[in-house]
Amino acid sequence: MIIVGELINASRKVIAEAIKAQDADYIKKVAINEREAGVDYIDVNAGIFIGKEMEYLKWLVQLVQKATGAPCCIDSPDPKAVQAALAVHKGIAMINSISLEKERYEALLPIVAGTNLKVVALCMSDRGMPQTTEDRLAIADKLINALVRNNVSLENIYVDPLVQPVGTKDSFGIEFLNAIQAIMETFKGVHTMCGLSNISYGLPNRKFLNRTFAIMAVAKGLDGLIINPLDKEMMASLTVAETLAGRDEYCENYLEAFRAGRFEF
Amino acid sequence: MSTLADVAQSVVKGQMDKVKEHVQNLIDAGNAPLDIINNGLIEGMNVVGVHFKAGDMFVPEVLKSAKVMAAGVELVKPLIDDSEEQSKGVIVLGTVKGDLHDIGKNLVNMMMTSSGFKVIDIGIDMPPEKFADAIREHKPQILAMSALLTSTVYAMDDTIKYITTEGLRDRVKVIIGGAPITQEFAESIGADGFAPDAASAVDLCKELV
Repeated sequence: MIIVGELINASRKVIAEAIKAQDADYIKKVAINEREAGVDYIDVNAGIFIGKEMEYLKWLVQLVQKATGAPCCIDSPDPKAVQAALAVHKGIAMINSISLEKERYEALLPIVAGTNLKVVALCMSDRGMPQTTEDRLAIADKLINALVRNNVSLENIYVDPLVQPVGTKDSFGIEFLNAIQAIMETFKGVHTMCGLSNISYGLPNRKFLNRTFAIMAVAKGLDGLIINPLDKEMMASLTVAETLAGRDEYCENYLEAFRAGRFEF
Repeated sequence: MSTLADVAQSVVKGQMDKVKEHVQNLIDAGNAPLDIINNGLIEGMNVVGVHFKAGDMFVPEVLKSAKVMAAGVELVKPLIDDSEEQSKGVIVLGTVKGDLHDIGKNLVNMMMTSSGFKVIDIGIDMPPEKFADAIREHKPQILAMSALLTSTVYAMDDTIKYITTEGLRDRVKVIIGGAPITQEFAESIGADGFAPDAASAVDLCKELV
């Protein structure tokens, strides 16, 4: 399972303030904490700074890599910001994300074509946000095929079926979960990936909803997540979920986590 | 015997059967249709809005209350003359060009409609020309734009500039919303207001009309 640490995101107030104040020490500290918690990638997002996103994103990438050496997940809907951040990134970054929205698709495809970059493929098209499992599968099909045709290998593609708030429509949870399964079964070798916080928008006690949803998604085959890695209960729950989903030979990871005291909160 | 307070209470609690029963009782007893809407159904949604803003009601409950309220309105509507029908004002609403995120916009639409505004939802990914056309066609007091991405917020600026060159800017108040939007940004592009959530958007509209 690929874990992307989500904490360096400007939609979080502490991070927005640190970015605005150019507080390098704070950003570095968060990055180091995430790395030590075991993340594979560190997400960087400056998406609330209108007009300054590109500049700030570059700054974040450089800081995070200097502090941890970890690869970044470059998180922006703006192809120009992505390209600027990539230019200063060392190693193989993850791009979050390409989608089927024409402008974004056309700008990002040449950036990732023929590279070893990891790409999050967001199930969104110019026809709007997908509602059903079938909507999502149809978009995933087009995106995966386009990426593979442009020499991006299947194992570098992380399909994000797009989480929508279950508080706004009862079926939004299950349609997403079924899409995970459909995508993983239809395109053997591809990965799936998502963030969780959208599922609980508009509802109280969000942490519990997010965690339970993550476990359900892992059961359907999800193998990548953008989460807060410092949430020990979340991390432990994911280990257990993978074991229960039959993806932990001889329960090795489960027992390792047990012996390391990761089930003691 | 049903009262207007019963109607309002049924809306707050999201009770579909109860609201229909109370509204029908009031109609049968000869209450004025507009009175049932304004002082029963809309009053209930006003209470919902207050609870929502205070954080003790949640999005799905608000959606349920809005649905219940709409069912009440459906019962009353046939009894209202067109000449009599009045709304708090007309709002044209849409997400700007390049932006397809409609969940926030739909919540805003629902809250505005439930508060007695007539909302013309022109949809997602709307270029400036469409907003201008909607102003000409529907003559709204308020133009409301939504954008969720840093890459699409500039389309709000473009839209305001476009309706200004078309000579339509003075006919409407412009309000904007969406995750990256701040009061500062709203002022920088010459919008008349900004709201951080759906309930605040309704309050803002009430102030502006």
